[in-house]
Amino acid sequence: MDEMVLTYRLARLNARYARSLAGDRLEEWPGYFEDKCIYRVTTRENHTEGLAGSLIYASSKGMLEDRVQALREANIYERQGYRHLLGMPHIASDDGAVVKAETDFVVIRTMRTGQTDLFASGIYLDTVASTPTGELRLKERVVVCDSSRVDTLLAVPL
Amino acid sequence: MEKTAEQPLVRWPSQGEARVPYRVFAEDEIYRAEQAKIFQGDTWNYVALEVELANAGDFKSTFIGNTPVIVVRESDGEIYAFENRCAHRGALICLENRGTASEFQCVYHAWTYDRKGNLVGVAFEKGVRGQGGMPDSFCKEHHGPRKLRIATLAGLVFASLSEDVPPLEEYLGDDIVGKINRVLFKPLEVIGRFTQVLPNNWKLYAENVRDTYHASLLHLFFTTFNITRLSQAGGVVISESGAHHASASVKTPETTPSTDTAYDAHRSSRDGYRLHDASMLASQDEIGDGIHVQILSVFPGFVLQQIQNCLAVRQIVPQGTDSMDLHWTYIGFADDTPELREMRLKQSNLVGPAGYVSMEDGAIGNFVQRGIAGAHDMESVIELGGFEAKTQDFRATESSIRGFWKAYRAYMGV
Repeated sequence: MDEMVLTYRLARLNARYARSLAGDRLEEWPGYFEDKCIYRVTTRENHTEGLAGSLIYASSKGMLEDRVQALREANIYERQGYRHLLGMPHIASDDGAVVKAETDFVVIRTMRTGQTDLFASGIYLDTVASTPTGELRLKERVVVCDSSRVDTLLAVPL
Repeated sequence: MEKTAEQPLVRWPSQGEARVPYRVFAEDEIYRAEQAKIFQGDTWNYVALEVELANAGDFKSTFIGNTPVIVVRESDGEIYAFENRCAHRGALICLENRGTASEFQCVYHAWTYDRKGNLVGVAFEKGVRGQGGMPDSFCKEHHGPRKLRIATLAGLVFASLSEDVPPLEEYLGDDIVGKINRVLFKPLEVIGRFTQVLPNNWKLYAENVRDTYHASLLHLFFTTFNITRLSQAGGVVISESGAHHASASVKTPETTPSTDTAYDAHRSSRDGYRLHDASMLASQDEIGDGIHVQILSVFPGFVLQQIQNCLAVRQIVPQGTDSMDLHWTYIGFADDTPELREMRLKQSNLVGPAGYVSMEDGAIGNFVQRGIAGAHDMESVIELGGFEAKTQDFRATESSIRGFWKAYRAYMGV
């Protein structure tokens, strides 16, 4: 795919992804993934050491839907919102069928009390496929956080 | 200034361990006393897994309470530990979390230590061109970071700054040793590491871990999916001192959600709740005794967790009166099949900072910390299951929390 077009499509995918999370429309979030997908949240340290342990480990779209349902119906946590600021997608490779992309992220958390903090920074390591209609879907998103410390809890997906 | 005998750090309520004065979670003076009397006192503190120190020179830097320490494997096969503090001017000696080293050198003035913590090199000890240098009276053998005692059990490495603490297995007692060996029965492998920053006093987490009462009430996941309910079989084992505990739950056929009415009146009972992908809860009874959840604590700051096949150790590192780090190390066995390893990874969604269960434990201590801000002269009520801190064959009890406070009071002299 033309690099400029592909970069634009990746950026649009990320922009929509971020809007869904910032707008508390978590139910839209699994829709950015293929049915057969991997979504993991880990740390640079684990990633560098090749350790598979993850803060969130989902190996199907159903597990992403379960994450949303748990946050909505099961889990107890103080009201908080995350704002995702995403960098420009970098195309690491494109063999015509599978695209590998990397995007830096910063997530800012605002608590019920109004306290606002930098919550996480890192990089999305994505494997992306194109649907027949030309939309991009995530086959894999590995969220690699720069820090291995997480304040209190991770509620909204990164 | 030291408090006199007439003026204890805190006046404990007459009800004993069934009451805890809120000031113990808030006061700097108490926090400082805990460092001296508990963490640097006659306790064994988890510092590493043996598998993290597999080869000669492998080291890990960690903490016992506030105190930074280095744990390292020597070429004689033994594990040594010493303070991460240069004997010269007090700087950290080691600036990496883990690695392999033949020796340790302080970056400030290049004082060098061997892997047993002995000072072996002092830069310009004899001066430069006959000038300066250390006095003739200076003797390297007389200087060095404090060395720690080391004991290992089932692949866990514990350290102590005390010369008087009894041997580890005696400290733990046979019951707790048995419960540790039950889970860690094969060579281990690290799967991942995370640190959860909890904005609460370390003792609120120590209470939470021992709290079999809350597990099925706060954590909807446990109840709805029938992972653990207080109406299931199980119980708590508490060491003689009260300090350590192990709670267990056993899945029994008669406590399926459709027939168990114990939770009907509670918010956490939601039998209609079903997963889209139930493979997350698939498990194997790899230990073979039917106990599918065992939470074990070792006083003051260690937790061993078995939730189905999700195994982890947790290390409490206090960071002042109102904050602590919880270091999670997810583990499996070296001989895990790919299928079993995948099962552990999926079940790890239950634990850690984003865990369906543990995320709530991350927040609940802070709710207490904020709740008690104006009530340091008041106290909590811990009476479920009576007033004592004894082993019980049921879990609708706060016995193990009282056990923690019984041990705490003994160490602190309050």
